[in-house]
Amino acid sequence: MPALPAPGAENVSRIRNAIVSALVLLVGRGRRRPKPEDARIVPAQPAHPAAELAVLALLGLSSLCALGFILVYAFADSLSNATQFLGAALGLALLFLAAALIVVGLKLVPSEEVAGEYPPHEHPYEQQVIAEVLDESGTRFTRSRFFKLGLLGAGGTLGLAILAPAVSFGPLFRVGDFLRTPWRRGRRLVDEHGEPYKASDIAEKNFYLAFPEGVNDEGKEEMAASLVVIRLKPDQLRLPSHLKGYDAHGILAYSRICTHAGCAITLYRAPLFQPDEPKPALVCPCHYSTFDPAAGGTVTFGPAGRDLPLLPVYEDSSGHLRAKGNFDGPVGPSWWGVRLWKAQP
Amino acid sequence: MRAVLTIACLAAAGLLAAGPAAAASGTPKKPLAAYGYHLYGEYCLSCHGANAGGRGGVAPSLHGVGALAADFYLRTGYMPLRHLGMQPRREPVFLSEHQIRALVAYVASFGGPPIPTPKPEIGDVSRGLSLFTEHCAGCHQVVAQGGVVTGALPPALVNATPLQVAQAVRIGPYVMPRFTQHDLSNRQLDSIIRYVELTKNPDRPGGWGLGFLGPVPEGLVTWFLAIPALIVLCLLLGRRLR
Repeated sequence: MPALPAPGAENVSRIRNAIVSALVLLVGRGRRRPKPEDARIVPAQPAHPAAELAVLALLGLSSLCALGFILVYAFADSLSNATQFLGAALGLALLFLAAALIVVGLKLVPSEEVAGEYPPHEHPYEQQVIAEVLDESGTRFTRSRFFKLGLLGAGGTLGLAILAPAVSFGPLFRVGDFLRTPWRRGRRLVDEHGEPYKASDIAEKNFYLAFPEGVNDEGKEEMAASLVVIRLKPDQLRLPSHLKGYDAHGILAYSRICTHAGCAITLYRAPLFQPDEPKPALVCPCHYSTFDPAAGGTVTFGPAGRDLPLLPVYEDSSGHLRAKGNFDGPVGPSWWGVRLWKAQP
Repeated sequence: MRAVLTIACLAAAGLLAAGPAAAASGTPKKPLAAYGYHLYGEYCLSCHGANAGGRGGVAPSLHGVGALAADFYLRTGYMPLRHLGMQPRREPVFLSEHQIRALVAYVASFGGPPIPTPKPEIGDVSRGLSLFTEHCAGCHQVVAQGGVVTGALPPALVNATPLQVAQAVRIGPYVMPRFTQHDLSNRQLDSIIRYVELTKNPDRPGGWGLGFLGPVPEGLVTWFLAIPALIVLCLLLGRRLR
């Protein structure tokens, strides 16, 4: 007795049958019988397998070069002369494609210049003749389907290569640069002159610009370096559970870079009398994205799509403010898949 | 160190003020403050409550705000407020000079900082520009023409006197941040005021000032007004010649 087929095996074989029949249809579709010699307009010429092979090889090389362009683009960071390689790959892809077409023109398609008047339009017999000429001109292509595949491959990969730079609209391959921050546990917060902040320096209803201790001017320009530091009353805080302990007795250190388009947050809404004035908020002046610092930087208004990253801080024994770790999320403007990543030291 | 001293002085002042304030549940002894007490009953009491103690959820206590805040809010017309919850804005002042001084004296009797004495003439315009850009321009715009924050309108500073600028910086009215002596020294504040004074009378190279906002509005005028006007002119000329 034959073993029972495993569950799902029937579906698998059905799919396999469908694929096989599709291939058979594709390869064997509309194969025409050759016409008798005397009915042809274009005289029959012998097939030219070597030329055909050369064309296929050239198309293949063009595809490879186009793929090379995509690869170089993806790993441009780790290559020293990426721009030159990109240019070479794209240029060679186009050259090989052109060479293939030249070989086709010279060796595979009969070329004959015919000078004459344009026939009047809609002449059915003439149209038929032209169609036949075209049809018979291609008889030297013995592997026409393979040839079409080659042409399609070369054209397709070249198209992909030209589309590849669109990836730069958002990082896809190299996100590392966007995740690295200069913050480490124990790193002190300093002002723009390099003076370390004490917790007692941070007054309520004001906001302070802070940087990691020991970075140079160039380091301060880094996206994750600058912070906006504020103090709220500890009982005002409504931090979500995963951000508990990120504040130092009400002192909060947020990334200064808006999560929408990367502008610096330079507006702090600090109500004098809370009950009938708007809540405290950090506001980006570019598009008025508004973040609620008491609730962990959640967006309360504007186009920003995710919370403002919060840096955990603590007050050391001498009263200075130090980082307790890294931000709770990637710093800076948002990009594809930004929520999948975490800030890295 | 200066911050510590300031805090210590403020704390001492607060302690000293707390004594009389606690006792002064009624008419103050000084005649000016006593007149202020009556005016307070007329204009302020309904919101700020008896003895300026504030009313929870309606208006803050005025203990400790001092002459600094009282003078600012009354002379700008920010107070009395038209209705609760609105952003205070510059309004015509209907109180007389004497009435304002009386109210300020009454509020000051509950303790708090005095009216500051800015000296913009010793300030430095260039330093003022950089400080203003850093601390103020985010909201008030770099030539102090005012702007927008979500939920409030930072005013233009055209009508703000040097004293009012100094007061606002130390008070932080409505949703404006408050800058202490530690954040901005009096000397730095003088420079800022000197710069704000300059923005009231900017250099006029002639023509349409466009708020002196710089190349962006000027470019917009070029692209959206001047160029269409030129195109229309070209079309008209072309039609006449055709």
